Amino acid sequence: MRPEPTPSPRPQPTGQTGYPEHDETVPHTHPEPGVDPHAPLAAAGRALRVGIGGPVGSGKTALVAALCRAFADELRLGVVTNDIYTTEDADFLRRAGVLDPDRIRAVETGCCPHTAIRDDIGANLDAVDELEETFGALDLVLVESGGDNLTATFSRGLVDRQIFVVDVAGGDKVPRKGGPGVTAADLLVINKTDLAPLVGADLQVMDRDSRARRGDLPTVFLSIVQDRQAGQVADWVRHELAHHRAAQATGVPAGRG
Amino acid sequence: MRAVARLVAHPDGRGGTRLTELAGEPPLLLRRTGHRGPVAEVYVVGAAAGPLAGDDLRLEIEVTTGAAVRVHTVAASVALPGRVGATSRMMVSARVHPGAALHWLPEQTVAAAGCAHLAESRVEVAEGATLTWRDELICGRHAEEPGDAVLHTVVDLAGRPLLRQTLAVGPQAPGWSGPAVLGGAPATGSLLVLHPDRPADPPWVHPGGTAARLPLAGGPATLWTATAPDAHTLRSHLEP
Amino acid sequence: MTPSTLLLLLADGRFPAGAHAHSGGLEAAVGAGRVTDLATLAAFLRGRLATAGLVGAAFAAAAHRAAGQPDRAGLLALLDAELDARTAAEALRRVSRRQGRALLRAGKAVWPTAGFADLPTAGGGPHQPLVLGLLSAAAGLTRPETALTAAYQTVTGAASAGVRLLGLDPYRVQALLVDLAAACDRTAAEADRAAGEPPWRLPAAAAPLADIHAEVHATWEVRLFAS
Ligand SMILES: Nc1nc2c(ncn2[C@@H]2O[C@H](COP(=O)(O)OP(=O)(O)OP(=O)(O)O)[C@@H](O)[C@H]2O)c(=O)[nH]1
Ligand SMILES: [Mg+2]
Repeated sequence: MRPEPTPSPRPQPTGQTGYPEHDETVPHTHPEPGVDPHAPLAAAGRALRVGIGGPVGSGKTALVAALCRAFADELRLGVVTNDIYTTEDADFLRRAGVLDPDRIRAVETGCCPHTAIRDDIGANLDAVDELEETFGALDLVLVESGGDNLTATFSRGLVDRQIFVVDVAGGDKVPRKGGPGVTAADLLVINKTDLAPLVGADLQVMDRDSRARRGDLPTVFLSIVQDRQAGQVADWVRHELAHHRAAQATGVPAGRG
Repeated sequence: MRAVARLVAHPDGRGGTRLTELAGEPPLLLRRTGHRGPVAEVYVVGAAAGPLAGDDLRLEIEVTTGAAVRVHTVAASVALPGRVGATSRMMVSARVHPGAALHWLPEQTVAAAGCAHLAESRVEVAEGATLTWRDELICGRHAEEPGDAVLHTVVDLAGRPLLRQTLAVGPQAPGWSGPAVLGGAPATGSLLVLHPDRPADPPWVHPGGTAARLPLAGGPATLWTATAPDAHTLRSHLEP
Repeated sequence: MTPSTLLLLLADGRFPAGAHAHSGGLEAAVGAGRVTDLATLAAFLRGRLATAGLVGAAFAAAAHRAAGQPDRAGLLALLDAELDARTAAEALRRVSRRQGRALLRAGKAVWPTAGFADLPTAGGGPHQPLVLGLLSAAAGLTRPETALTAAYQTVTGAASAGVRLLGLDPYRVQALLVDLAAACDRTAAEADRAAGEPPWRLPAAAAPLADIHAEVHATWEVRLFAS
């Protein structure tokens, strides 16, 4: 018998996320610019590195931006992108308003996006090192892969966790096709649920198929246009980060949270 | 033919430059033509056409502290075939002392069909000296494929390597006219500018994509490098 | 493992030292419209082998030689300065050091006992040929094998970039490399011989367009290759 699935969020085609929008009427403070609001990490603490992979256009950069928004006042962030990186991309992330463009490093992949994140990870590791050399200790480094196909995954030598982003517009058959990204990523994000009615994608089918493919591994349905901070994904990252820190503190090699 | 010429410059004590040695032999004769401010101006007066394969020409230049010299040649030198199996050599060696200035701005070297030519520059520059060094190579006379020519440049600054480059063209140099080296351009050259108290400017590429300004690693020096369709265009990129 | 297997491992483009992301100047040459097809790719590879290929192979061989010398650190520092003096374009110096850093990362992980502490790293990392020389010495390769590895990589990297950028027939590109094999062997032999000379006399074969292309490439907003 299949083990009891971990609570996997249900499809939310209506866009109800349960996360309040940023409300300026509620009293709160913004951190002083120029003052690092974060408590220093333990010296041994290494940033949690999270890979974000998935097919072209599924919403990886949008998810990076959403997570930057979510963690802006909470974590010391760095981003490495293997995307074909234009100033528009930089502008996009800058406009997302929460990440200093210097904290984004682009890695050229020589037309082999999967090689750069899987077989030959040095340039990505260099980029992570450079971020840490420039900004000191970080809590979280997001590594966006170049848009690839369903077979691309990150090496465990590069990232601690990986998120695979597919979208409903690719068709509700995608989870059924499987591939290492869908079956083995630590988190599967099925994005653009707002488009499901328009493209005739059946979210129930996608949910059923991803459960079948992924066993216990979690899947999140998301619409970034409706949930600008990707609340469930951010929560998952927080949870993984807590595990990562605990593992670092006890010196146990970081495994899956 | 073998010839040696020698030029030694000292300050004249009145803010100008005195040439204490200015000796040559045909076809390598030196003439002082005047001065521009404190800078003494010297021309190398080539006698006949050449050099021919087998010729061995050497020019030694020394500029001591406080002196400044600018050296030109009156005409392009055309490297021509000569004795079978032989090479023509033109070797310029220079020492520039602290606080001295040397500007080596000769006319082009033309590698004629069938030539076998080696042009060698060895320059030792002391800390605090100023140097301008230009080399221009035209690959073949009008509509002609060049023979073998090698331009070899070695510049040390304060005893440390500043620039080493060997540009080879002709039948013995694989791929020389191809897209990795000259891209079919018949003219190429470089201008090295070393100013002790002026930091090199950042890299810049001419909009035509055939010339660039390259700050060097070993000191406050810039190499201008260019390829061009003709000598005139080349020169426009390499005016100091 | 015999040394020849190690030679194949080190020379293999799949050795994780970042080769896949470098086109050896080809992306810029394609962008400038100078390489468009098999014939121009062949000419590009020939010129690159005779210039960057020879210099890189000679410095790799010289570093291999330095590895066993008493004044190893001093020699490596000198080789570093000599290679800088042969690399007029800042963009190319950066690329060489970046590739050196990638190779060093792989080398340290694969040969943890080999020492690299005396490699000069100012300017963003050690020059790639120096790392290659020390690494192949640590792996027990000979000096000629070291030079061959370096020469070989300067053409194979650019050739495979040609397949990816121009959509060329991979069989015909491979045939180009076969045509180039003898020249590659000769270049490696010349580099190995030169490595016996004092550092200032090492080959300095220059290519004006390689410098210019590299600086143009560095200004592109979107690059598929790191060089
Ligand atoms: N309707 C809708 N559009 C979205 C959503 N998420 C992202 N998009 C849009 O999808 C397009 C592609 O998003 P990106 O984030 O650039 O996708 P990507 O995966 O980074 O793309 P590549 O890096 O090119 O592979 C953009 O126009 C986004 O605005 C979503 O939830 N709903
Ligand atoms: Mg993207």
